[in-house]
Amino acid sequence: MIRFKQVTKRLGGRNVLDDLSFEIKKGEIFIIVGPSGTGKSVTLKHMVRLLTPTSGSVWIDDTEISAANGGELDRVRERFGYLFQGGALLGWISVADNIALPLREKTKVSEEEIAQRVADALRMVGLENDGDKFPSEISGGMQKRAGLARAIVRRPEIVLYDEPTSGLDPVTARTIDRLIKRLNEELGITSVVVTHDLQGALLSADRIAMLNGGRFVEVSEPKTFVASDQPEVRGFLDAQFISKKGLAGM
Amino acid sequence: MITREPTYSDAAGNAWVGVWRAAVLELGSIGRAGSMTAQSLVMLPLLLATRRSRRELARQLYITGIKSLALITIVGMFTGMILGLQVGLELRRYNQELYIGSAVMVSLLREMGPFMTGIILAACVGSSMAAQIGTMTVNDEIAALEIMSISPVRFLMAPRMAAMVLMTPILSFYTCVLGVIGGGIVGLTQLNVPWAQYINMAMDVAHLRDLYVGLFKALVFGIVVTSVSCYEGFTTTQGAVGVGQATRRSVIVSILLILVLGYIITRLFYDL
Ligand SMILES: Nc1ncnc2c1ncn2[C@@H]1O[C@H](COP(=O)(O)OP(=O)(O)OP(=O)(O)O)[C@@H](O)[C@H]1O
Ligand SMILES: [Mg+2]
Repeated sequence: MIRFKQVTKRLGGRNVLDDLSFEIKKGEIFIIVGPSGTGKSVTLKHMVRLLTPTSGSVWIDDTEISAANGGELDRVRERFGYLFQGGALLGWISVADNIALPLREKTKVSEEEIAQRVADALRMVGLENDGDKFPSEISGGMQKRAGLARAIVRRPEIVLYDEPTSGLDPVTARTIDRLIKRLNEELGITSVVVTHDLQGALLSADRIAMLNGGRFVEVSEPKTFVASDQPEVRGFLDAQFISKKGLAGM
Repeated sequence: MITREPTYSDAAGNAWVGVWRAAVLELGSIGRAGSMTAQSLVMLPLLLATRRSRRELARQLYITGIKSLALITIVGMFTGMILGLQVGLELRRYNQELYIGSAVMVSLLREMGPFMTGIILAACVGSSMAAQIGTMTVNDEIAALEIMSISPVRFLMAPRMAAMVLMTPILSFYTCVLGVIGGGIVGLTQLNVPWAQYINMAMDVAHLRDLYVGLFKALVFGIVVTSVSCYEGFTTTQGAVGVGQATRRSVIVSILLILVLGYIITRLFYDL
């Protein structure tokens, strides 16, 4: 469904992505891990053409999004929901209005239905009492959850999550993990998740990819991933006290 | 895409290559800023289409017009007073101080009214536009709008453009009126020119054509300030430092363009 063909992206004088090729299948939860500053967010941004490859191409089904423009680009983007690392809510409208924004601006849904869907989305992320507040009045973790609600309110086919659980307490983090899993199972949403939290990743992923030095040094199912002998992967797993046997419940 | 993708090329081999690249980049920016301006102007009628966009327009009108009113009042008044004083002192040497009304009126209508309005809007409205949109850019808010296929030009720039286009001529006229009053006060209190005579002299030279050219100038300044500020905001990079730079550049570029375009428009409409 999402295919990178030999994507190289040059930023600030170095190749952040270096000849990166992979494919994400429809309906899977694909998790990208990797050290800070290796280009995980950059990879996500290529999927919706917020960045364009220096060379290579990015395909969403049969559309080359890295070359799409105008109406074609809009149509592809409409299939996506995107949770930004910082939430990216608009500061001068309330949380509920932020979540309603994509419905109000781009669909003809009635105000009652919008209210209903916004309330549903708020409840899903545990913010049912905070809809009337402004983004500056809620915490960073709550802003991120509100951003998540906005990303899914239009029921997109594909959702890109940039660190959905960082900055959240462990309990809320697991709730979000379960939410991602539930959206995937119930609505068949294809999910691409960038995270540092391997524990959560191992429990929900279909496949995990480790980005390092502009390429995936390992792409595999959780069971294979924890058993990997790649030094970068081992270092990452060791740092989170995960042994080759993996986690209970995997 | 409206936000700037970092354009990186390897270090230039020699100075000329560097200058050439800078020139190409600069021309590209002017092109993109111009096309954004054209788009936002074309979109102006759309702003009346829905209730939400009308409310946003009202909010921008308030920010542009009402919030800068106090400052404009003071500046307009003092501009007129300074003009009145300087010209009056000079005219008194020839016992012609009766004519300060004409001098104040002409310079305000043709030049100082729109110029002062433009400068103030660049400093207080344009800078905050650049800072706000710049912050939105570095926080990925503009990117979020783009992913939702909500055009940032329509959503953010068009209402600001409409507010400026409507407000600058009005504020410029207001500056002129206050300036004339200010000049009159100086005439009355320092040069013993009776009020009625001052106004008579002033209205005598107040031609509609001067007013129109002045208001047209103000309109151009309003468009320039909005375009420059929004463009700087949309192309902000590098976090908080970048927002600071974008704000600073928006004020500098706006003021320079106001000066240069002010001269060009004057030149076009007033042949020697
Ligand atoms: N607009 C840009 N201009 C220049 N360099 C950039 C830009 N965006 C990203 N980079 C560089 O690309 C690299 C990868 O950035 P990216 O944001 O993708 O990291 P990340 O893997 O998401 O890290 P984190 O886990 O901290 O979010 C960084 O080293 C950064 O310096
Ligand atoms: Mg990141």
